[in-house]
Amino acid sequence: MRKMTFLVFTLIVLLSIVSIAAETIKIAAVLPLTGAVAAYGQQGKQGILLANEMFPEVLGKKIEVVFIDTKSEKAETANAVARAIDYEKVNAIIGELISGNSLAGSAVADKKKIPMVTPASTNPLVTQGKKYMFRVCFIDPFQGEIAAKFAYENLGARNVVIFTDIEQDYCVGLANFFKKTFTALGGTIYEEYYRTGDQDFSAQLTDALSRNPDILYVPGYYTEIALIARQARQFGFYGPILAGDGAEAQQLIEIGGDAVNDVYYTTHYHPDAAQTEIASVFIEKFQEKYGERPSAMSALNFDAYLIIYDAIKRAGSDDPEAIAQALRETKEFKGVTGVIKMGPDGNPIKSVVINKVENGEFKFVTVVNP
Amino acid sequence: MRMTLPIFLQNLANGILLGGLYALIAIGYSMVYGILRLINFAHGDVFMMGTYFAFYGVTLFLLPWWLAFVVAIIGAGILGFLIDRIAYKPLRNAPRISSLITAIGMSIFLESLAVVIFGGIPKSFAPPRIYPKFFSKMLQIGSVRVQILTFFILGITALLIIFLIWFVYKTKIGMAMRAISTDIATTALMGVNVDLVIGITFAIGSALAGAGGILWAMKYPNVNPYMGFMPGLKAFIAAVIGGIGSIQGAMLGGFLLGMIEIMLVAFLPRFAGYRDIFAFIILIIILMYKPSGILGAKLEEKV
Repeated sequence: MRKMTFLVFTLIVLLSIVSIAAETIKIAAVLPLTGAVAAYGQQGKQGILLANEMFPEVLGKKIEVVFIDTKSEKAETANAVARAIDYEKVNAIIGELISGNSLAGSAVADKKKIPMVTPASTNPLVTQGKKYMFRVCFIDPFQGEIAAKFAYENLGARNVVIFTDIEQDYCVGLANFFKKTFTALGGTIYEEYYRTGDQDFSAQLTDALSRNPDILYVPGYYTEIALIARQARQFGFYGPILAGDGAEAQQLIEIGGDAVNDVYYTTHYHPDAAQTEIASVFIEKFQEKYGERPSAMSALNFDAYLIIYDAIKRAGSDDPEAIAQALRETKEFKGVTGVIKMGPDGNPIKSVVINKVENGEFKFVTVVNP
Repeated sequence: MRMTLPIFLQNLANGILLGGLYALIAIGYSMVYGILRLINFAHGDVFMMGTYFAFYGVTLFLLPWWLAFVVAIIGAGILGFLIDRIAYKPLRNAPRISSLITAIGMSIFLESLAVVIFGGIPKSFAPPRIYPKFFSKMLQIGSVRVQILTFFILGITALLIIFLIWFVYKTKIGMAMRAISTDIATTALMGVNVDLVIGITFAIGSALAGAGGILWAMKYPNVNPYMGFMPGLKAFIAAVIGGIGSIQGAMLGGFLLGMIEIMLVAFLPRFAGYRDIFAFIILIIILMYKPSGILGAKLEEKV
């Protein structure tokens, strides 16, 4: 037994020496590959794999992507980030996708001074006060404001019931930003609450629908949105349901079926509204490789990889400190989801796209520029 | 909160539906506990596996939905039998804590196995792809809207309870089960094949979990490797409330828990996000003040 332990230990040491000696730059992709938001992790992985295939080398070194699963959980994310830095010795990190998890992970990365880029976490707290945390998406104060204006002006809603997922920092934040703008416009709000993983919303819906809302605002994630939509239709609510960028996943349509028709959501991108040159290349290559149209989540992950690639190139070094500095100075980065200028706190300034579900497909509705 | 009579009745209907599902899962839990004094934490994962069997029966093997459901329930039963043979039987004479830890290990094993085989992305168990749309239709009774599926859940739960009570009290195997729950060693000396009887108990309990899983997925069409975790714990709580080991108790506990959860959200919507916490608080209170549950103390024999 002791011999065995010794052998394993030696092997680990040898392997780590080999990996340091090799001329590679390591990037960790800390993603929710299983669990509540597994669909995001899988879409993200597709985007990163494609990006790695299209841009495999920088500064004459090969880029190696290490995928680490977070099970969609906060504690697992913190562990995954620590493992990426201490054990895998990565130069930069992509991840996590959902805000609550990114908050847990970014605290670790920031302490260890390794640059981390989240593709899709939109809650402002994720980057607030952190020097090594960046993102390639817009933030929720803007998303919530656009959603509220869209609800009031385009959907003609005056009376809204918000469903808040109390476990998700993303959802709590977005609900509040929506509320602020919507009440300022003169609308009325009533609130219901739930938690990620809940399956039964009958009690909340019974209460909510007794208030005759014009629309429901559910700024959570796709599984719960689909279940809420399904049960809401069963209780006789046929009005529009508005959501945030957490809605976009094929599972929304698969689980929701007909019930998710007339679900509108604010998001980052739609293939029909592609603006940059790289976007058309990306859409073409993605369809070639996977045989389907890329989702916003795949596009954002592609951008996260590319912005790190771009930063390493501009820095002329793979030193984490230099990469972080180059990321802070990003000015005219042309990504798939738009042009990124890194603002204060590592938050880019970008436009919001509004899509809707129509007969089982995500359709482009409009785009709102900042 | 706004509480009028129609809203209250609607919530009553909601509670009965949720409670019926809890009851169905809790019965299987309770049977296994009654006979072995083993909290089978893998019960929720058999529930998940049964649902996947039904899902793939329809989508991959293209069976008619009702046949796929029956096959899946039998499959869950066989899985339960195998779990007992592989994981619990070798530990029959070990301290109870060893079996408990093995049960937790089995639960994690099944979840991880499902992630590897079926993938982590949720599958949709929605009509009309899996089963006819008829079941998800709504009936309007006065001001109350009830899903047609609700009546099936209640009907199936009632039938199963009648069958199980008959089985446990009127058949030879049932008698052997009751004997084992009192004293395994003596029962074995009487010439009863103890391992077979325990295996059958696991098979029945697991088949119930499989049936519960399928009905659950018909109501909440989101099938994923971790879907059994929370319903499994809730069923455990329901079984404890009713008096763990008692079939009637498990049913009563299931309905009570479902009703409490729905009414809690209905009367205190602000705390809707914390409903699971309240379920566990109830568990703690019951364990502290009446660990035998509501019906547990009255019954001398537990199965």
